[in-house]
Order: sequence, then C-alpha cells, then structure tokens
Amino acid sequence: MTEALSNSTVSQELSEEPSDVAVGDFAVATHGLTKRFHQQVAVDNVDLLVPRGAVYGFLGPNGSGKTTTIRMLLGLIRPTSGRHRLLGQAMPDHAGDVLPLVGSLVEGPAFHPYLSARANLARLDSVDRHADPRTTKVRVDSALDRVGLLAAADKRYRAYSLGMRQRLAIAATLLAPRELLVLDEPTNGLDPQGTREVRHLIGSLADDGATVLVSSHLLSEVEQVCTHVGVMHVGRLLTQGPIAQVRAVSELRARVQTDRPEDAARVLRELGLTDVAVESGWAVGTLGKIAAEKVVAALVNDGVPVAGFAVERPSLEDLFVSLTGEGFNVSG
Amino acid sequence: MSAADLTSERTPGLSNEVITASIDRARRHISTRFLRSELRLIFGRRRNQAGLGILAVVPVIIAIAVKVSTPRPGRGPDFFASITSNGLFVALAALTLEMGLFLPLAVGTIAGDSVAGEANIGTLRYLLTVPVHRTRLLAVKFAAITIFSLVATLWVSLVGAVAGLAFFGGGEMTLLSGTQIGMGQAVLRVLMATVYLALCFASLGAIGLFISTLTEQPIGATISVVILNVLSFILDSIPQLSWLHEWLPTHWWMSFGDVLRDPIAWGDMTRGLLTAAGYALVFWLAAWARFSSKDVTS
Repeated sequence: MTEALSNSTVSQELSEEPSDVAVGDFAVATHGLTKRFHQQVAVDNVDLLVPRGAVYGFLGPNGSGKTTTIRMLLGLIRPTSGRHRLLGQAMPDHAGDVLPLVGSLVEGPAFHPYLSARANLARLDSVDRHADPRTTKVRVDSALDRVGLLAAADKRYRAYSLGMRQRLAIAATLLAPRELLVLDEPTNGLDPQGTREVRHLIGSLADDGATVLVSSHLLSEVEQVCTHVGVMHVGRLLTQGPIAQVRAVSELRARVQTDRPEDAARVLRELGLTDVAVESGWAVGTLGKIAAEKVVAALVNDGVPVAGFAVERPSLEDLFVSLTGEGFNVSG
Repeated sequence: MSAADLTSERTPGLSNEVITASIDRARRHISTRFLRSELRLIFGRRRNQAGLGILAVVPVIIAIAVKVSTPRPGRGPDFFASITSNGLFVALAALTLEMGLFLPLAVGTIAGDSVAGEANIGTLRYLLTVPVHRTRLLAVKFAAITIFSLVATLWVSLVGAVAGLAFFGGGEMTLLSGTQIGMGQAVLRVLMATVYLALCFASLGAIGLFISTLTEQPIGATISVVILNVLSFILDSIPQLSWLHEWLPTHWWMSFGDVLRDPIAWGDMTRGLLTAAGYALVFWLAAWARFSSKDVTS
C-alpha cells in the first residue's frame, strides 16, 4: 500500500520538469529545491508544483521543512541547489517583478510593537514602489476590514492578542491585488471562529482567482478548503496532487461494531478483506474491491450481531501515517 | 467539488476595483516614501525622543553652570572660557563634551537598530517580501542614519545657541586667532562646525550599519559602535601609536574648531571629511557584501 502511494504514482505527470509551454500554468514550480544548514538537510530535492488557481495545502509536521521551503520560494534564503519559478518567472532574478503580485505570511506575524495596526500597514505600503500613496488609506482600511480588525485599527500592535496579530499579518497580504498568496500557518493562535473565518477568506481569495499556497501542521484544518495537497516529511515532499487523486489511492475501510469482534474479524477475512484487525470492540478491514453492503449481509448470515457499521475514507492524517509509517509528530 | 473543477482554468482576477485601479504594476518611480517612513519610525519612537531630550540637557547644564560660576581661563574644556563673551560658544562647548559618548551613542543606537532591529522583531522578512531590494534597503537605512546624525547634532547646537544667547547674549565673536567677526558670520561658522561633526558621526553610523547586518541583536550592534568609538579615542591618545592616529575614525573630529580660525583652516577638516567618507564607503560596501547574499532566517 505504501508502495502504491509513493510520489511517482500520485503525481507522475507533475514531478517532471515542466516544459516551457507548461511553465506559465503553475503559480509555483520548483525543481530539485534543496537547502542544507551545515550538516542538516532541511529541504531535500523538492519538486513543488502548484497549478494556477489551486488552493494548495502544504502539509507536514513542525520541522518538516515547510517554512524553509517557503522562505526559499520568496527569496529570503538561498537554496543550496535547485531552482524555482513563481508565476512563471525565474526567482530570485525576477523578484522585483513577481513579489509585488505575491502576498505572504511567513512564520507568524511581525510588526512594529509601538505602532498602530493602521500605521504598520501604511509602513509596509510605503516601501512598495508599486503602490499609489493616494490610495494607501483606502487600501489599508479595506484590508483591515476584510480581516475584521477595522474597529481596532488604531490600537498599538503591542496591545494586540495573538489572534489579532495573525489577522493583521493576513491583512498585510491583502494590501494590493495578488495573484499568489503564500500563507504559512495562517490559523496559528486563532480560536475556532477565527479559524473558520480564515478558511472562508482563503475560499473567497481563491474565488477571486488567486492561487493560494497554505501550509499547516493541522491536517484537518486545511483538508476542507484545499483543491491540492502536498505532504512534507523530514525535508522531502512525499506526495502531491489534486486532493481527490491523492486520497483515491487510499482505500476504504469497513468498521464493524459488535460484541463478538473476533468472529466478525473472521468473517471479514473470509470475505477477502485485508489488514483485518480488532480494535476495542470493533473489527476493521480494508475493503479493496469488495462492496460494503456484502459485508453486512455476510456478517448477519453468520449470526454475528452488528451494532454498528461504517465505511471510512482515511483522513489525510491516516494517509500521512501510511506514507511515513509514523505519526504526525515533530521531525527532528 | 471535484478536482477537475479546480485545475488551472481560472484566470487571475481582482476583487476590489478601488484597489485594482490604484496599483500600477509598471510604475517604478523614484520615491522618498520609504525614507520618509524610516524617519517617521526613528523620530516617532519615544526612546529616540527621550534620547534627543538627554542630548539637549548638556548644553543647558553648561549654560547654567557657567552663568553660576564663571570659569577662569585655562580651566575646563575648550570654548568654556569664551562663553561669557558670546553665548554661541555654548553650542561648541556642548558639541565638544558630547562628542566622546552621547552623540556617538545616539547615532550608534539608530545604526544598530537599522537592520538588526528589523531582524529582531521579524519585520525584516516582510520588508524583503514586499519586495524591497536589499541594496535599496541599505541605501535608505544609511540615508536615515545620516539624516538622524545631522538632526541630533544640529539639535545640540541649536539648544546650546539658544541657551547661550539667552544667558550671555550674542554680538561680535572673537576668533581663536584674535580677529572679530559679526553675528551672522559667527552663526554660519557654528553651523559649519556642526555639519562637519554630523558627517563624522554619520561615518560611525556606517560602521554601525555594517555591524547591524551581522546580528539580530540591535543592542549588541549599538554597544559595538560605542566600544569602537571609545577604542578609537584611546588609541588616539597613545603617543607610541602615532603612525595609526591619522587613520582612526575619531582622529579629526576635534578639528571642527578650525572653523574659528581666520581664515578658516580647511586642511585638517578636509582630511577629516575624506576619512569620514572613506569609512562610510568601506563599511557601507561591507554591509552590502554581507547582507545582499545573507539568508534571512529571522
């Protein structure tokens, strides 16, 4: 199963170097991107491909190399080897042309503590040579409004809570129209309501036509809004592609609740289910090509009482575990 | 929604018409917005305002002290003895006293903050992704340091001149060479001395800018600048190192008094300005060499 999920199967057509014709179709395209810090390889030969218009969930546990990859994408750090394009243009050579079209949130919010939210955004706008000073006020206020901070716009940043700071950082990415948004852990520090709002915001940005690359170590948070996913683990991109395609590789599991789980497990095995196991009152097995309704019939036929029955599509987290053979924990 | 709906069919569109109309991606005009924003940050910060306040205390103390007890000739630093004859000398006396620590510390604080301060709070990464070209960042930061140096030094002179004129009056000024010049000429000469020193301090600021690119701790960079400044004064006072003296960044600072000769003795001040320009250029380039390829991980 792990074999079937390997990078080569899921995204074969994506993992090759895009041809010149295809280059423009990708908002982000990296080729062999690698970063070594002293002896440690932080990012190892990553071929990230984000199609234009996608909401790409860039997933992986803390320390898996997501932020380092994002810093390389934006030209903050230099790759040890490899190259990449943003919006079809080679980086970092064309940073001056490309980055104005890219809104980014990297490793949490950072602002001048003694300035108000409004003054902080005006500061960022004032260093942008493409921004029109006559419309700064309008754009700052509309960005603040979009993240729900307009009422607190004149408060000093130091008085902001973590959630408000995170919102302000997102507002900063909205100061100008963007074709690509790179959001590194945008829901960090937000309450459930704030998390929902950010998800909604990402959706509305995508509806406007922007490509969104959103990284997260919380799989379930991102799963719902993404059209594409890429999974990082200890510096490597394990798999990427449209979310349905990535998940299609994982197989459905049947789950039977019964007071005779051992008998149920025997029936499942006889039916041809694989990876059959007994877990605290449940018998579980991978369906493969066997129809789910057959399972219940067979159980009842055999006189095994069925208290509950479920067919599960593994979550991204389960998928991650099956890809790495380990949990979604911090990588060393 | 299926994956097929979400492939690259969408064309990038823009949500807000006001925003769209106001952004012209093609324009790249010369603008002073970044520099003005820097100056607002520097002069809007309370710590720096307090620093300027402290700088202003020294000339006021000098004026009061001299008023209360007139110094006898031969005692106290240069210019003190002349204060009672013309209040403008308070400005020059204040500059002499603040040259050793206060003014270099003030410029060192701004310079140390320039890059390390932004790195420390993380705003550096957001400036660079706006994007701000790294060379432009260093150019604007150094311009802001130079302007701050001019403002701080002129501020000390201004407070000194106002306090001095209030306490001792103005009128004709007797130069070091004995000749007398009118009030207008005297003000001009004090102004020249002030600008000369401000440019000298700005070259120290270039050293600070360089150190600021090496660290994420602005205080560390500031302390380094002050240490280098004091070290330069110490080396300058060791006679056995006389071969080194003329190359020290602080060596020509005291030459600002040459504006009070008749005619003005330009020789040493020219050397001083060349030395300052040399230090500024070398350390700005060092900062550029360091920063332009640096990994920004803050």
